Parts: sequence; structure tokens; C-alpha cells
Amino acid sequence: MDWSIIVMAMPILAVGLLATLKVCLAAIAIGIVLGFALGFGALSRFRAVRIAVLAYVDFVRGTPLLVQIFLVYFALPVIGINFDEYWAGVIALSLNAGGFICEIVRASMQSIDRGQTEAAQSIGMRHRQIILHVLFPQAWRRILPPLTNELISLIKGSALLSAISVYELTHAGQEIIATYFSPFEIFLLIALYYYALISALAWLSRYLERRLPQF
Amino acid sequence: MPLLTIDRLCKRFDGKTILPSVSLSVGHGETVVLIGPSGSGKTTLLRCINFLETPDEGTIRLGSQRIGVSESGRALPEAELARQRSRFGFVFQRFNLFAHLSALDNVAAGPQRVLGLSRSAARERALRALEQVHLAQHVGKRPAQLSGGQQQRVAIARALAMEPDVILFDEPTSALDPELVQEVLDVIRDLASSRMTMVVVTHEMGFARNAAHRVVFMDGGSIVEQGTPSEVFEHPREERTRRFLQHLRT
Repeated sequence: MDWSIIVMAMPILAVGLLATLKVCLAAIAIGIVLGFALGFGALSRFRAVRIAVLAYVDFVRGTPLLVQIFLVYFALPVIGINFDEYWAGVIALSLNAGGFICEIVRASMQSIDRGQTEAAQSIGMRHRQIILHVLFPQAWRRILPPLTNELISLIKGSALLSAISVYELTHAGQEIIATYFSPFEIFLLIALYYYALISALAWLSRYLERRLPQF
Repeated sequence: MPLLTIDRLCKRFDGKTILPSVSLSVGHGETVVLIGPSGSGKTTLLRCINFLETPDEGTIRLGSQRIGVSESGRALPEAELARQRSRFGFVFQRFNLFAHLSALDNVAAGPQRVLGLSRSAARERALRALEQVHLAQHVGKRPAQLSGGQQQRVAIARALAMEPDVILFDEPTSALDPELVQEVLDVIRDLASSRMTMVVVTHEMGFARNAAHRVVFMDGGSIVEQGTPSEVFEHPREERTRRFLQHLRT
């Protein structure tokens, strides 16, 4: 173990970690908004909307994240949609997470006792009101744990963005390795940084779970 | 003219006919109690009235208005069906209170979200409904903090706050511990004497006897016999009714 390499790499990787954080926070924000919108769409009373959402989720689940990243970065410009590496990365991660979060939201809402929906129908609530005022507020607790897992996957998936030269933690590490040829120390350090980031997220999730009201 | 008219209602589940053809009318201010063995179609009939189940054939009218479908027989738009449902109260066997809301908010939800009352007016009305079921001191509690009997009374208040034309009760005391049954039946009996129009599915024969204006005995998806409580309980005309009542006594 070469400690001087580690001491030298730590601040550089910290910058990389910040870049990862910047990509992930943006992707988490967009992915959650997209995922919830899709989740509501999956519960729509209009068949066409449900089928469209289903097809999207099916595509996202059925293809590798790396391929999705390449599609956004290399394929979209062919049809005239251009992003820089950062935004291509953010968008690919968001589109991917959105599909999975959609399924989490849909499954959680559908797992709420059928009697809740019937009671709401019986007082004359409309479909949209039932989703918004009855099912959604109760689904939060069930959404949170699998949502945390999905966000952890997203953070891990952001390492793949090094393949399209997004400057982030893994990419920062690879540059150091290319210069100093010290894969053991650097990859170990990268792993530690990811681990710290994901642990912080897991801790936040458990904290929120405790704070959410129990029914 | 009766307030509620059910005409030749038919309901099938997966090809199995639950209700072959049921007709029943309920007058203004009348309390009709449906009795009969399990699986006789009482609950299905009740759930068809406000379209929690969609009937396969037949018509339901509230006053002169056809429920669930247009006069030409087409399914109503969602908003219109919801509006019609708001004219019926429904009290479930398992209460089905909104688990995330306090008793007061459970009752206020309908007036606020469906009838469009302001939040304060809706809560005002909810409070009155909760007073009517003797729960004014529990308004802030969540369903999980209430006993079964209290939860069911909140559910009744939730129906009352909509000022419905008819309230439908689906075995309102079947999920309760025995000592909690009476407080719920007392509330329903008060409503009966205040001439609220109600259809009550129950296995509580004592309640049927002294709160019903009319008792309807169902078996095998059909109405076998109906009449005043004394007619049905003291002098049943049909063999199937006699057997059912005898079975209860032993």
C-alpha cells in the first residue's frame, strides 16, 4: 500500500465525489418527479395512458443502463437532440430511475387496502381525488424503503457515466490510475467514497421512515 | 313514488349468477332490513345500489333518476357517477375509515372535497355529524386510536355529513366485538326513528325486529318474502324463511 498516493488522491477524489453528487442530486430530483408522474399515469383510468407507461417501464427494465446512457449520449444527437456529457448523464440516469420509481409508486398505491378506495368512492370522490387524497398519503411509508434502494442503484449507476467521460468519482479515479498506475489504492479509495455517500443516503432514509406517521 | 327503486337487477361474477333478478323499492324515511343466510346475495345487492359493483342487467333509480347509466343505457361519465354516489351513504362491515386522517377529517373529507364546502364549513358540519353519533370528544383521534364501535360510528358520521338521500349499511356490526355492537345499533336505530331512509344488511335479528319498518328475507339471490317485522318473524309464510329463523333460534 502506497500511502503517499492515497494522500495525494484523497482531495482529487473528493472533487470527483462532489461531481458525482452533482450528477446524482439532479438525476434524483428529475427521476423522482418523473417516476411519480409515471406512477400516477400507471393508475390512470385511461387505458392508453396505462399502456404507454407500461411500455416505457418495460423498456427501461429490459435494457442495460449502460446502453441507455449510450442511447442518450450517442443516439439522440443523430436525431438532433444534443446534450453535453453532464446533462446526457443526468438525463440517462433520470429516465432509468423514473421507470423503476414508477413501479414502486404504482405497487405501493395498489397495495393500499381496497376498502379505502371503496369508502372514498362511496362518498363521491373522483378517481383523481382518491389517488391524491386517500391512496397517496398512505402509500408514502411503503414507497420510502424501495425508493431508497432505487436511489442507491442510481448512485452506483452513476459510475457508468465515466464511459461517456462525465467527470465524476470513478472517472476522477481512472485518471489518477492512468498517470500513477496504482489501481489497488485508488479503487479501494473510490469504493470507500461511494460507500460513505450511500451510507449517508441510507441513514437519511431510515431517519425519514421513523419520522413518517404510523397508521 | 318510492325513493329507491330496484328493478329486475341481475349480477353475475365470472359467469356465476349471484342475483338472477331482484326487484325492491324503498320509500322515503323507510328502514328496510335485509336478512338471509350467508351467500344469499344481500351484500352484492347493496353494493350494486351505489355501483360499487356494476350490475349486469336491471335498473336502479333514486327518485326518477337512473343510477350508474344514462337513460339510454350508456355508462355515465366518471364525474357524474361520483356525483350520484355522493347521494348514497355506505357503511362498510370493516369501517374503512381513511387511516391517515383524524375522525374529524374523515367526516369532513366528503363535504370539503366532494361538496366543495370551505375547510371550516366542512369541519363544522363534520363536528355536528360526530355529535350525532356521540363522538364529539374523540374528533382528533386517528382510526387506530378508536375502538371498533367508535370507528363504525365515525363511518356513520362520514355518511351522514354528506346529507345523503339513502344510507346503505353492509353488516355494520359483524366485525365488532360483542360488547361494542349495541352502541352502533343504537345510533342506527336513532336514525331510523328520525326517518332517515336506510337499507341495512344485518344478522342482528333483535335489531331487525324493533328498528325495521320492513324486513326482507333473501335466499339464493332472490327475495323470498318481505313484510313488517312481526309478519316475517312471527308469521313467516315461506318454508325457507321458517327454516332460516328456526336455525337462528337453535
